[in-house]
Amino acid sequence: MNHLHRDLAPISEEGWDTIDQEAKSRLPTYLAARKLVDFAGPHGWSHSATNLGRISEISGPSEGVTAAQRRVLPLVELRTEFKVSRVELDDADRGASNIDLAELDEALRQIAIGENVTVFHGYQAGGIEGITESTSHQPIIHETDMVKYLNAVAQGVDVLRQAGINGPYGLAICPTTYTKIIETTEYGGHLLLDHIKKILDGPLVWAPGMDGGVVLSLRGGDFILESGQDLSIGYLDHDADIVRLYIEESFNFRVLEPDAAVAIRSKA
Amino acid sequence: MASEGLHEPRELLDEATVDHHRAMTSLCEELEAIDWYDQRVKATSDPTLAAVLAYNRDDEKEHAAMTLEWIRRRDAALDQQLRKFLFTTTEPLTEVGAGGTADDEVPAAGGSGSLGIGSLKGAN
Repeated sequence: MNHLHRDLAPISEEGWDTIDQEAKSRLPTYLAARKLVDFAGPHGWSHSATNLGRISEISGPSEGVTAAQRRVLPLVELRTEFKVSRVELDDADRGASNIDLAELDEALRQIAIGENVTVFHGYQAGGIEGITESTSHQPIIHETDMVKYLNAVAQGVDVLRQAGINGPYGLAICPTTYTKIIETTEYGGHLLLDHIKKILDGPLVWAPGMDGGVVLSLRGGDFILESGQDLSIGYLDHDADIVRLYIEESFNFRVLEPDAAVAIRSKA
Repeated sequence: MASEGLHEPRELLDEATVDHHRAMTSLCEELEAIDWYDQRVKATSDPTLAAVLAYNRDDEKEHAAMTLEWIRRRDAALDQQLRKFLFTTTEPLTEVGAGGTADDEVPAAGGSGSLGIGSLKGAN
């Protein structure tokens, strides 16, 4: 048994399999950050921090003694809870394939958004700086006309190239802008989406939780999501009607090259 | 002369396998030497000889460690196990890793809990 205490849950192997498969099928849609940044690990639940290789000067403990403190980036633990009906789990054991896991789906969406927000915009309480707040470039402001979003993306790619950052490049954008791009055709009937992908030479990623957009290099080595325990489902407690579970992960995120991304913001 | 320790026809083995065998044989010899020296240290009544033998015994430990490291760098499964058990303090040793959920750990009944999502870079 490990700290997730799955063995204590009144859930059969088939039930766990139903829950895990549902989570595995839904999470990739929401996990936008992992489609664009490097992923290191998982290093296990006991992994607590990343060595930054730097020091902070601190006053010495006594006269004539100098001192420094090693700097590390701690991992944060994210968790969302959900309930599953025991009747539904019993039906899964009977072979039912349309089990109601609505609360699980919402928990998956929430924790994925938490990860996306942390990577793209940072998580101050967790001591993590995100991509848009770490970038060394001024944000590109895009006009309200969606056709001109193409110009913003092209400017973003140009800014990265001018900084000596190689492609391919990717674009993460908020769901609202993503939908507008999908709906937009340029003069001549070409899909805006296709044109943007050609400029990027990489993916355009639907990123729930994201505010605005960001163009970033996918060459590797610039952005690292370091995982302790990757997304896992554990057991909390149960009564006669429901089982309470949670989905959890531990990770941190570092921007190693602030030049490798540029944010896109809508004109206010 | 080929190593006498080969258990399969030489022509069926590639160079990497034979080199791995050489290293494993060498590691066994180093560990055996440590054991032999250790027994002699304990058996002799001459403390000056015991000191020399103990020095030689500990010298073999460096050889064994170096050879083991050579093997580890080429054997992913062994690397995984060494990373799991070496330099831990958990007792009993059979409980090492029982508190984590890294992918290399043996899943408990009901699964390890990890969904194994990992990197999605390159995925749509």
